[in-house]
Amino acid sequence: MQTKRMTFTNNRWLPYLLLAPQVTITLIFFVWPASQALWQSMLRQDPFGLRTTFVWFRNFERLFADPHYLVSMKTTLIFSVSTTLLAMSVSLLFAVMVNRMIRSRDAYTTFLVWPYAVAPAVAGVLWWFIFNPSVGILPYMLRGIGIEWNHRLESSHAMILVVIAAAWKQISYNFLFFLAGLQSIPQSLIEAAAIDGASRSKRFWTIVFPLLSPTTFFLMVVNIVYAMFDTFGVIHATTAGGPAQATNILVYKVYRDGFIGNNLGSSAAQSVVLMGIVIVLTVVQFRWIERRVNY
Amino acid sequence: MVENDRWGIFLAHLILIVGVAIVVFPVYVALIASTHAPGTFLQGVMPLLPGSHAIENYSTVIFEGRSNAGAPPIGLMLWNSFVMAMMIAVGKIAISLLSAFAIVYFRFRFRIFFFWIIFITLMLPVEVRIVPTYQVVANLGMLNSYWGLSIPLIASATATFLFRQFFMTVPEEMLEAARVDGAGPLKFFKDILLPLSVTNIAAMFVIMFIYGWNQYLWPLLVTNDEAYYTVVMGIQRMVTGADSEPLWHLVMATVVLAALPPILVILFMQRLFVKGLTETEK
Amino acid sequence: MARIVLDGLSKVYPGGVQAVSDVSLDIADGEMIVLVGPSGCGKSTLLRMVAGLETITGGTLTIGDRVVNGLEPAQRDIAMVFQNYALYPHMTVYNNLAYGLRNQGVDKAEIERRVQEAASMLQIGEYLDRKPRNLSGGQRQRVAMGRALVREPAAFLFDEPLSNLDAKLRVQMRVEIRQLQKRLKTTSLYVTHDQLEALTMADRLVVLNGGRIEQVGTPMELYSKPATVFVAGFIGSPAMNLIDMAYLRDSGIAPQALPSGTDLIGVRPDELLLTAPAEPHLALNGTVALLEPAGAESHIYVTLGGSDQPITVRIAGLPQVTEGAPITLYAALDGLHPFNSASGRRTG
Repeated sequence: MQTKRMTFTNNRWLPYLLLAPQVTITLIFFVWPASQALWQSMLRQDPFGLRTTFVWFRNFERLFADPHYLVSMKTTLIFSVSTTLLAMSVSLLFAVMVNRMIRSRDAYTTFLVWPYAVAPAVAGVLWWFIFNPSVGILPYMLRGIGIEWNHRLESSHAMILVVIAAAWKQISYNFLFFLAGLQSIPQSLIEAAAIDGASRSKRFWTIVFPLLSPTTFFLMVVNIVYAMFDTFGVIHATTAGGPAQATNILVYKVYRDGFIGNNLGSSAAQSVVLMGIVIVLTVVQFRWIERRVNY
Repeated sequence: MVENDRWGIFLAHLILIVGVAIVVFPVYVALIASTHAPGTFLQGVMPLLPGSHAIENYSTVIFEGRSNAGAPPIGLMLWNSFVMAMMIAVGKIAISLLSAFAIVYFRFRFRIFFFWIIFITLMLPVEVRIVPTYQVVANLGMLNSYWGLSIPLIASATATFLFRQFFMTVPEEMLEAARVDGAGPLKFFKDILLPLSVTNIAAMFVIMFIYGWNQYLWPLLVTNDEAYYTVVMGIQRMVTGADSEPLWHLVMATVVLAALPPILVILFMQRLFVKGLTETEK
Repeated sequence: MARIVLDGLSKVYPGGVQAVSDVSLDIADGEMIVLVGPSGCGKSTLLRMVAGLETITGGTLTIGDRVVNGLEPAQRDIAMVFQNYALYPHMTVYNNLAYGLRNQGVDKAEIERRVQEAASMLQIGEYLDRKPRNLSGGQRQRVAMGRALVREPAAFLFDEPLSNLDAKLRVQMRVEIRQLQKRLKTTSLYVTHDQLEALTMADRLVVLNGGRIEQVGTPMELYSKPATVFVAGFIGSPAMNLIDMAYLRDSGIAPQALPSGTDLIGVRPDELLLTAPAEPHLALNGTVALLEPAGAESHIYVTLGGSDQPITVRIAGLPQVTEGAPITLYAALDGLHPFNSASGRRTG
């Protein structure tokens, strides 16, 4: 990793001093808890909390044999993929449309950018209210076309609700990156394609979309990370994982098993699995950044 | 390009207007709902036009709260959120500036090691290591305090990376000129590097303030004293606190108050925000 | 005001790359020394070693009567003008000039006096309240000069200060810097890759190649008596023609009485004539490949038989020659530069 060509010398302790606050906090609140999680994931307490035994990977074996955990994994997969697809396709559409505008570009951007500021939990509550079976507007309208909406009983309804709430909040972020990506595509390429006789939609799918693929890939990773880890608030403030575990995603399950279920060994093992997932996703993302720098 | 595509442009505007309407809709609904009397919601579907109870509802949530549902006045929660967001934003920026400065402008033993330690924090969001982090904070006696709310969240690889990237783009000669001018490391940092970083600091501030304000899980874990509740987590208690239907008019007034400060920050600092966002991630 | 002595200076980078080897130079008080050479020759590194921006890994450096090897740049009593000026973008011109003085603890009135003096000398008085981004390239250059001037240092160090300017401004600033330096009589070390800049500005110039000194001397010494093939090729434009002795011998026109070991003959383009001079001379037969009029003078490119590298001739005005026609070039024997190609050195 680079530094400046010339650096300060003759200051033996200063760099350590400068790093001390960040490193101390990192060690106490990140590295130590993470290693605790690793350690605890290999321990098991007896039902009375009197004896703790070291059980190697037994907690993990149990975890992957636990049908509830496997269901939660599947739920997480469905939730993340749906949220990512919905949030990305809608924002790509918006970005492409806004990119065609000249005078109204900034105005539309302003209207599309602020949901970023809304907390996931607040986004959840907003949609929870709109979809509320007794007072919500959407169930009222759905009733008109013969659909009886009830996310408190219907698993699929609950899933749709949290996906919409989570995706809604993420539109701003994706939109800004897609717009920046679109604006960095040289106009001359699109003009060349137009001279070659490509129609507008053909130009989009053969020129713009392929050139946008680095942005798309980056956003895909970011959105999956978001859907897997940052949406705790959406779930917790609305469905609380229900009905019947239908929206019990992994992050929520760690919390539930650890704090409400008090099953520390299992919760720690789940934490370790999640850390593994985050690390894989981060590495993928960084590999991509490196590659992008190189071409 | 010379293109006469009136229909295309018209269609694009149409899509965008409908899109914006859908994006704005939830907040519009919240605003409307927060202006109605409680009785309105018992009669079925909620209205789409404003009611007349705005002042009454907002003053109720801000000053009185609903003690029976376990919610203190929103005024206090807003203050707590503000303190937490400020501490996180300022703290993150301060420690990240210092460590980025050390990493870029010094060569020392274990430099790469420290870089990795900081890098790791990027990989481990608090959500994936909830229980052990909670235990650490509990052992340090930091539950129910502003310190407990903010300090564990202020180590951020993101801000360190942004500042590192920025420092790398500062011309080499800036440091050389400063050294010829007799500035030592701290003087260089204060007189040259900080003033040059002002835009980046502001951009980072917008993002980190929003990050701090919107924290949900962490305040939920480390506070059980009402005096330290933040507004985002407070809403959840109002929604799920009682078995009966929530008092929607008050919930929505709270939602509006909780969402407003970060939205205002974004709208007023849109350019900085966009810059900060798109540059950190690249 | 100071004498600067470089005694066997060397720079070896941690990776083992030798950037500067064993450079010794005695710079008199008030002298303008220009370090010149192709990129990567070590000239900038050497300057930065004098400035204290690069550590010295061998030899001693004396400024005035102090050995300054271990001193910080600010303690060496030098001032530096950077290639990209390195002005502090967030400070006004005034503060850019004053910053170093404030760090030295110079009192306010004195700072004011020095800044005003430098500003009037450089005609930047009206820009003192502006930020660097609101100045043109030439004005920024002057501010960078001003920052060096206000310190009233023992020596000025210039690192290619004119390379970011356009050609016209470059000539103008070249003259101004030289005039200023002569007026202030401050010892100066000036780095450039432009041989014309070097010739015109230097009291003495130092040609560097591969981290070593090729030759030190006044501009005229270097031009009229280059010590090595490298210097011969580097100083002067168009570059000196180098003709292999083997060709002359094969053509039966090899001059007699050349110093022993000579196997390469150098002739400057302006020492080649179209008419035979009275003194003993060499006559070369060739073909005109291209005539290049350049206003006051013209360049004729001539190919000699058996050689694909054309010879350049510089003639005043526009000569009457036809491309493709045979031509005879004459060179006085006195004007020939004899070299040995193996050692790369002049033979006499």
